[in-house]
Amino acid sequence: MQEGRPLSPTEINRDLLRSILDTPRWFWPVVGFLGMIVLAAAITIGVMIDRGLGITGLNRPVVWGFFITNFVFWIGISHAGVMLSAILRLAKAEWRRPATRAAEVLTIFSLITALSMPVIHTGRPWRALYWFFPYDFARGIWPNIRTPLVWDPSAIFTYLTSSTLFVLIALIPDFAVLRDHTTGMAHRIYSLLAMGWEGNPRQWKMQILSGVLLSALILPVFVSVHSIVSWDFGMAVAAKTWHSTIFAPYFVVGAVHSGVSAVAFVLIILRYIYGWQEYIRHEHIDALGRLLIVVATGWFYFFVMEVIFGIYGREADEIAVRELQFFIWPISGWTLVFVITTYFIPVALWLNRAARRNLWIMSLACISVNIGMWLERYIIIVPGLTNRGVFTFTWNNYVPQFPEMIIIGATFAFVSMLLLLFSRVFPLVPLYDIKEGEFLRTEVKIGRRVVPATFRED
Amino acid sequence: MAKLPILGLFNDANAAADAGDGLRSAGVSDNDFDFLTDAPYPEGAFGEREEKHKLYVYPFIGALLGLTSALLLTTMTQVAYPMVTGGKPIISLPPMAVISYEGTMLGAILFTVLGIIFESRLPNLKKGLYDTRITEGYIGVLVNAEQTQHDRVANVLNQAGAVDVKREN
Repeated sequence: MQEGRPLSPTEINRDLLRSILDTPRWFWPVVGFLGMIVLAAAITIGVMIDRGLGITGLNRPVVWGFFITNFVFWIGISHAGVMLSAILRLAKAEWRRPATRAAEVLTIFSLITALSMPVIHTGRPWRALYWFFPYDFARGIWPNIRTPLVWDPSAIFTYLTSSTLFVLIALIPDFAVLRDHTTGMAHRIYSLLAMGWEGNPRQWKMQILSGVLLSALILPVFVSVHSIVSWDFGMAVAAKTWHSTIFAPYFVVGAVHSGVSAVAFVLIILRYIYGWQEYIRHEHIDALGRLLIVVATGWFYFFVMEVIFGIYGREADEIAVRELQFFIWPISGWTLVFVITTYFIPVALWLNRAARRNLWIMSLACISVNIGMWLERYIIIVPGLTNRGVFTFTWNNYVPQFPEMIIIGATFAFVSMLLLLFSRVFPLVPLYDIKEGEFLRTEVKIGRRVVPATFRED
Repeated sequence: MAKLPILGLFNDANAAADAGDGLRSAGVSDNDFDFLTDAPYPEGAFGEREEKHKLYVYPFIGALLGLTSALLLTTMTQVAYPMVTGGKPIISLPPMAVISYEGTMLGAILFTVLGIIFESRLPNLKKGLYDTRITEGYIGVLVNAEQTQHDRVANVLNQAGAVDVKREN
C-alpha cells in the first residue's frame, strides 16, 4: 500500500512503542472503569451461582438464551484474526501489515471470552469439567465424544492454542526491540521473552516460514471451529429450524463478517488513541471495506438459503418458527433490525469510496454489523426454542433479565480491557512487518506517470 | 586459537553487502560471519549463505502424533464405558473424525512451533556481541575470527563503510 510517507526504523520504533514506553494519562482511568464493569459481572455470576439460573430468563423450552448467543457471537469475532492474518499473509496482500497483530490478539481475547460463556451458562461451572475434560472422574464414565458439546471445547482449545502460539512466535523480534529499549526489570523480562534473538538471516527465514506455515495450518482450524460451533445447533434434531446442513458455512461466513468488522473498528480506535495515522491509513480501512462487501454478500446469500431451505419442505413446526421470526412482534422487529444493520446499511455505505475512507462512517458501519450479527445469533437460537415443540402448549417466551444483560455487557468491557492491557506491554502493530513494508516499497516510472510499486518475494 | 567476535555496524544495506564481499575476498568463511537486522531483508540481499533447515518435517511428525493420540483417546474412552446411543456402533468414525482432526491439527501446530524455535537456534543463552542500534535500523555484520585476524577484519569493515566497529571486551 503506497499512501503515506516513508518512515525510518527509528520513527517506527518511537511511534509503535509509544503505547508501551509512555503511558497516556487516560489509560489507567479507562482500564479501571472497564475493570469495574467486569467486577460487576463477576459479582453477578457469583450471585447466579449462589441463587441458581432462575434469576435469569432461562426456562423451558428456551434453555439457551443470551449466554449462548454471546458465546457464538464471540466465537464469530475470533475469526477475524485468521482471516486478516493468515489469509492475507498467504495472499501476500501488503495492506495486511498494520492489521495482523491486532486481529490475532482480538482472536485470543474473544476466544477466552467465548469459552467463559457456556461455563457461566452451566450454572454450576465446576461440573463442566466432567463433561469435557478427558478423564473418568467417576464410575469409568468418560466424556461423550459423540456430541458437538464435546467437539466444541476440543476445537476452541485447538484454535486458542494455535492463535496464541502464532502471536507469540511473531512477537519474538518485537520482544528484542523492547529488550533494546528498556532497562531494569522490564529489560530482563523482555530479554527472557526474546530468547536471545539477534536478527540473523536464519532466524528471519524461520520467522517468514513460520508465518506461512502456521497460517496454512491455522486456516483449516479456523474453518472447523465455527463449523463445529454451528453443529451445536445443526446436529440438534429436536429444534427444527436448527437442523440444517447450511449452518456450517453460514456460521463461518457470518463469523468472518462480524470479525473483520470488529477488527476494522478496533483499528480505527487504535489509530485515534495512539496517534498511528502514519500506520493505519485510510487505504487500509478502504481495503477492509471492500473485503467486507464480498463477505457480507456471501453471508447474505447463506442467510437467504437458510430461510429457503427451511420453508421449502413446508413442515408445520418449521413454518411456525419462521412465522415467529418474521411476522410476530417483537421478534419480527428484531429480525428487521438485524437484516438492515447487518447487510443493507453497511454494504450501501461500503459501496461508496468516500464513505469507506471516512473513519466515522466506517466505525458506524462496523458497529452496525456487530449489532446485527449479535441479533442474528439471538434470532436463530431463541425463536428456534420458543416454538420448538410440535405441541403449541409447550411454547413459551424468553424475557432476558438484568443479570444476563450485565454479564453480556461486561464481555465487551472485558475484551476492551484486555486489548488495552496488551497494548501497554506488547506492540499491537508488528514493528518488523512495517519496516519490511518500508524497504520493499518503491516507485516505477511508466511512460509519463510514476506509480507506486512493491517488491514481492516468492 | 579460539575465535572471538567483532561487530561492524552499517546504516546501508549496500555497504553491508560490500562488507560481506570484502570478508570473503579476505578469506573469511561464509560460516564465520552473519548479518544482523531488525527486519527480514529479501533472501540473498547481503549475499549470505543459504540456510538449510528441516522445518517442514516437524508438522508431519506432530500431525502423526496428534492423530494417533486423538484416535487412541476417542477409541479407548468409548470402549472403556460402552454406551449405545441411538442404536449406533460403539466405535463410530464420524464423531471420532472431528476430535481426530482437531488432535491432528493441534499436534501439527505444536510441533511446528517447537521446530521454529529449534531451527532458529533459540533460546540463545550465550550473550554474544550485539549493539542495540541494530533495532534502530542499522545492519550488523558479526564476524567470528581469530584475534590475530581482528585488525584485518576491522579494516575490511571500515573500508566497506562501517559506522562503528565493536570488539568483545
